[in-house]
Amino acid sequence: MEYFLELFFGGLTRGSIYALIAIGYTMVYGIIQLINFAHGEIYMIGAFTALIAASALSIEGFGGWSLLVLAGFIAIVYSAAYGFTLEKIAYKPLRKASRLSPLISAIGMSIFLQNYVLLAQTSDFLPFPPLIEEFSFLEQVTVMRSSELLILSVTAVSTALLTLFIKFTRMGKAMRAVAQDKTMAMLLGVNVDRVISVTFIIGSTLAAIGGVLISSHIGQINFYIGFIAGIKAFTAAVLGGIGSLPGAVLGGMVLGWTESFATGYVSSDYEDVFAFGLLVFILIFRPAGILGKSTAEKI
Amino acid sequence: MPYGRRAPITQKGGKILRSFGVALWFMFLTFPIMVIKISPLEKNIEWRWGRMIYVGAGAFVLSLLWRYVIEQKRGPIPKEEADPLKVDTKDTGWNRGGSHSLQERLAIFFHKNKKFRILTFTGLFFIIAAFPFVFSTYQTSIIITALMYVMLGLGLNIVVGLAGLLDLGYVAFYASGAYFYALMNHHFGLGFWAALPMAGALAAIMGLLLGFPVLRLRGDYLAIVTLGFGEIIRLVLENWNEFSLGPSGIARIDRPGTLGIDFDLRDHTVYLYYIVVVLVAFTIIVVSRLRNSRIGRAWIALREDEVACQAMGIDKTKTKLTAFALGATWAGFVGCILAAKTTFINPASFTFMESAIILSIVVLGGMGSIFGIILGALVLILLPEYLRAFSEYRMLVFGASMVIIMVFRPQGIIGGTRKRHEFHVKEPTGEKP
Repeated sequence: MEYFLELFFGGLTRGSIYALIAIGYTMVYGIIQLINFAHGEIYMIGAFTALIAASALSIEGFGGWSLLVLAGFIAIVYSAAYGFTLEKIAYKPLRKASRLSPLISAIGMSIFLQNYVLLAQTSDFLPFPPLIEEFSFLEQVTVMRSSELLILSVTAVSTALLTLFIKFTRMGKAMRAVAQDKTMAMLLGVNVDRVISVTFIIGSTLAAIGGVLISSHIGQINFYIGFIAGIKAFTAAVLGGIGSLPGAVLGGMVLGWTESFATGYVSSDYEDVFAFGLLVFILIFRPAGILGKSTAEKI
Repeated sequence: MPYGRRAPITQKGGKILRSFGVALWFMFLTFPIMVIKISPLEKNIEWRWGRMIYVGAGAFVLSLLWRYVIEQKRGPIPKEEADPLKVDTKDTGWNRGGSHSLQERLAIFFHKNKKFRILTFTGLFFIIAAFPFVFSTYQTSIIITALMYVMLGLGLNIVVGLAGLLDLGYVAFYASGAYFYALMNHHFGLGFWAALPMAGALAAIMGLLLGFPVLRLRGDYLAIVTLGFGEIIRLVLENWNEFSLGPSGIARIDRPGTLGIDFDLRDHTVYLYYIVVVLVAFTIIVVSRLRNSRIGRAWIALREDEVACQAMGIDKTKTKLTAFALGATWAGFVGCILAAKTTFINPASFTFMESAIILSIVVLGGMGSIFGIILGALVLILLPEYLRAFSEYRMLVFGASMVIIMVFRPQGIIGGTRKRHEFHVKEPTGEKP
């Protein structure tokens, strides 16, 4: 039972990180129908910026929670800036092109950003400082680490905030309008360019939060982490039903648990096989994902 | 103001100022990753301020260039906005002789001048035939790789370009062809020539296997499932040691059989070169015939509109499955050639990146255009090879050029043109026959 709980919380933690990244995919997809393959790279850049900021700040004498908050804040600012710039350079000129062109541009951007970090920093794994302090009240609990608790609560808070933002603010309403019908929204005076930029900024922010937390939990990063995480998060987004926010969160959790239990009870070699196998299996029975609505095509 | 078109910068120096802003933004953006270098063990920081100046200067120049090229592409900004109600009397809706693009005009010229056509083809034939004797074994080997990717690109073009099914796991078929020959050769000593058609057939069956469950999916769901399929194949090859000999791969695979004549390495490369050239020619003929065949037109119709296509009596299931199977066949062939060429394969050659590169060949070259795909494959495979001079920067340049080509030519280097019949209206001359 204890082993099960350990795997359960481990899966939940992983799932929350996938969910945080998947939200970025799903929002961008919902608005411009683009698989943003460079999204994983934004997450990686967030983690790297946090590492650099934390190292620089800790030499300056910062420590404890203030270090996590400051490094996390810098990472968020930079990730958001990268996400914003990425859209302006690689996707905005292609808004009217066929759907595959921005996809190739995204793959190119992903290769570019990976090699940029590789050349500017290093190809080695870098140790990530443990920014998350141990909670004293969790000392007796063996099934859950304090970093896991923090990741879960941060994910819960950020997704709740995001939901509120989309439900109740003007910008959130504009986002939903653009997702429904871009041309109509434009005709009604919604600044579509700005909505798209904000979407990229929000997605990048969440990816950076995920990047900082999970890197601190795992303890090492390199330039390649974004690629794997990106593909997994995209899987999560599709699993839940792409374009749907709760779907992304649910998909992330399901994927996290699948991987965690597959690793714990079968073999860690086949963890990805289980993840993708589950995806194929679910899509066969629900072709639009768990929470996705399959819309009938009007003629 | 039309959507997507920014106000032209009118005041003097505005462009410079804007580029200056862009430079500052990029200096800010690259600050932590370019400037600060930490060594986590010794806990010290190295500040590399010099790089910031490079970034700033580079961003400034590139931004000016970028804006200039985009303005050139859009053409001169019209002095007055066109009146939407004024009907352009010249354009009657029919495509007239004068309005062809350069590419179309070239094609027409090529089609009409028989002498020129024969001359070009003979010239090309001799260049291709003489290539391995003029250039070194190393160069020939690179060209073989590029030609292999031409075949992969043409195969994937059937699935993505013609049938419009976004396949991100094409590498799975490539891997299955390669592993089929490698394993058969390793265990039973099967030769290359026997394995080649069988590898193609196996890949076609794999294509059907993948095709069945994904028939109902569309668009990006299809993309992720095919991606997952590719990853599953790779992971199984990597982890199922009893079957595939695991991550260390299979070595000492036989090169193509040569009827008992002894070949050294150079001869083998030349021999393989001709095999690949013949296969590429075969692929080009088959694919171009396929495109204009009944099934090819069904694929294009399916891509354009699934519902309308079904209403016209096209069997969706059959059409999609043939696209998957016929697309996969080429990957099976090329996999078999890869195993024979390198004599060593391991699962690491069949990552998602490989699928992405093949897809990029199709899209960069121009979807649906055979010539475009050949050009795309040559660019994408030869570019990193000849960029070896920049060694470590080559992948950076590679990624950047993918973005740049897409931004400036979204339809690919050579866009696919559809066969069409034109209707030319003769100017009324005033006299009746």
